[in-house]
Amino acid sequence: MKTLLPARNRDTLAGIVFVLFGLAFVIGAGAYDMGTAARMGPGFFPRMLGGVLVLLGIAVFAVGARAPVTAGLLRGFPLRPLLAICAAIAVFALLLEKGGLALASWALVMVSTAGQRKPHWIEAFVAAIALTVVAVLVFAYGLKLPLNVWPRF
Amino acid sequence: MDLLNHLALGFETALTLNNLMYCFIGALFGTAVGVLPGLGPVSTIAMLLPLTYALSPVSALIMLAGIYYGAQYGGSITAILVNLPGESSSVVTCLDGYQMAKQGRAGAALAIAALGSFFAGTVATILIAAFATPLSEFATSFRSAEYVSLMVLGLVGAVVLAHGSLLKAFAMIVLGLLLGMVGTDVNSGVQRFAFDVPELSDGFNFVVVAMGLFAFAEIIRNLEQAEAGEASLQKVSSLWPTRTDMRRAAPAVVRGTLLGSILGVLPGGGALMSSFASYSLEKKLSRTPQEFGRGAIEGVAGPESANNAGAQTSFIPMLTLGIPPNPVMALMIGAMTIHNIQPGPQVMNTDPALFWGLIASMWVGNAILLVLNLPLIGIWIRMLRVPYRLLYPCILVCCAIGVYGIQNNLFDVMLTLPFALLGYIFHRLECEPAPLLLGFILGPMLEENLRRALSLSRGDPTVFITRPISATLLAMAALLLIAVLVPAIKRGREVVFVEED
Repeated sequence: MKTLLPARNRDTLAGIVFVLFGLAFVIGAGAYDMGTAARMGPGFFPRMLGGVLVLLGIAVFAVGARAPVTAGLLRGFPLRPLLAICAAIAVFALLLEKGGLALASWALVMVSTAGQRKPHWIEAFVAAIALTVVAVLVFAYGLKLPLNVWPRF
Repeated sequence: MDLLNHLALGFETALTLNNLMYCFIGALFGTAVGVLPGLGPVSTIAMLLPLTYALSPVSALIMLAGIYYGAQYGGSITAILVNLPGESSSVVTCLDGYQMAKQGRAGAALAIAALGSFFAGTVATILIAAFATPLSEFATSFRSAEYVSLMVLGLVGAVVLAHGSLLKAFAMIVLGLLLGMVGTDVNSGVQRFAFDVPELSDGFNFVVVAMGLFAFAEIIRNLEQAEAGEASLQKVSSLWPTRTDMRRAAPAVVRGTLLGSILGVLPGGGALMSSFASYSLEKKLSRTPQEFGRGAIEGVAGPESANNAGAQTSFIPMLTLGIPPNPVMALMIGAMTIHNIQPGPQVMNTDPALFWGLIASMWVGNAILLVLNLPLIGIWIRMLRVPYRLLYPCILVCCAIGVYGIQNNLFDVMLTLPFALLGYIFHRLECEPAPLLLGFILGPMLEENLRRALSLSRGDPTVFITRPISATLLAMAALLLIAVLVPAIKRGREVVFVEED
């Protein structure tokens, strides 16, 4: 059967992801001692599992490749929420130790707001302040987690 | 009577003012978060974990258990009122619970769910208390070979119960096992896949993986669909079930409890299996099966009780063997290790107050939920009305602080990003993350025991089938696998999961 490679099919893509992960572990484990079954080295188990993952990935790919071209297609891949949430967490991590909890959690909320389809900025601004106050009170003062609250430069 | 002494010790621990308060707070917060649509127990526990960092290990575990039950009950509320299951085990509750709500009997459904869960919780607590000691003694006869076979059984169970493609679920487990290899190899001290990053020498922290894969990925996913529509809420009128309701529900509750208690112990997500099993049992036994799916109270009472009983008895393998039967228990093990407790059969002897206190707190938690939930139902409904754009920042802040708080380490916070990305991609590719999480936590244990078993047998793999307990466990795993591959059952499984979507 001649069809185009169903590149947008979920199963073929998942198969590729699994094969890549499996290969990465097999190759990575090559650096470690294999040992024997009775005396397994650190490389034995990962290499074995990596191989299994490659085989499973190929099987998953095959299932997807055999499916009708219209089945299991991915609809779009909206990047906005993904990028905004990841950026928000990264900003939090960058600000937390130097900038303090208050600044970091406020920034976390503000950056994450960009992930909404129609961001409500004013509401988010107010909510971020309220949430920051609660977070500081609960985690820093209430639970006494060792966190800087205010900026330290 | 040992049992009574143990329970007395347990209640002494659980009923101290402090622990009672933590159990209460846990149940309260667990419900509050669990009621939010789209947040299952794993995300709820991961999100509320930082609240327990500063507590003593006993209080922390008691509070986490409270959070777990609260989250479960919260999920039922959402299932009944909005027809949105927060987790797979409340999917069944949607079927008849939501129909009851549409007919104006939401109150009765909620009350029956709470009463049934309480009954199930009470029975399951007694069962755990009664069987914990003999099971732990049995567990001490387990050697590496038995542990390996048990874990294989658990992983096969997780595959069988995952949604959709078996192949993908298998692949996810193997990937989880591999991710568990990252870090220092216990036997040789070699750093594996750590890229000379000192923070990776202990491997990925479990909480980091769970938060990235579940909580953060869930937020990203929900944001895509958000604003798609505010959930349509059903009104709650009278809370009290009628006498007929009670009469019809009572036997279903008892049957559900028994079914759930048994299935919950099985590895691989007993709670889900037990609620499905209970639903089909009730439908079969009913004189009016045509009412199912149209608001039959048995369809709420049975599965809810089964679900709760299963949730509770799933603590048994975790407490006695140190092996988590499902992702929630895996998270509990993660929490125990944060508090420097190594789960396993020895906990009962080294830390009896913790062990029995936790068991007693299960009953206390259920009692608190009963008193708490019915009067507070109005508040939970209001939680359901809060728009998602205001909710997810709260979840983000809690999670971010929580991840940092594990070891006061910024690296951990950054490490959630690749896992969030992975979780999101896998969601888009329709690969369920739960088996991966289970594989991840079992990976190091499986490897260590496999190595030890094979080194004791001098490399002879028949050790797994010549030892009777190990052979039995492997046979069970094989049976499970054959069962899903046999066409008739395969069809049944598809039907079950179609109902879910």
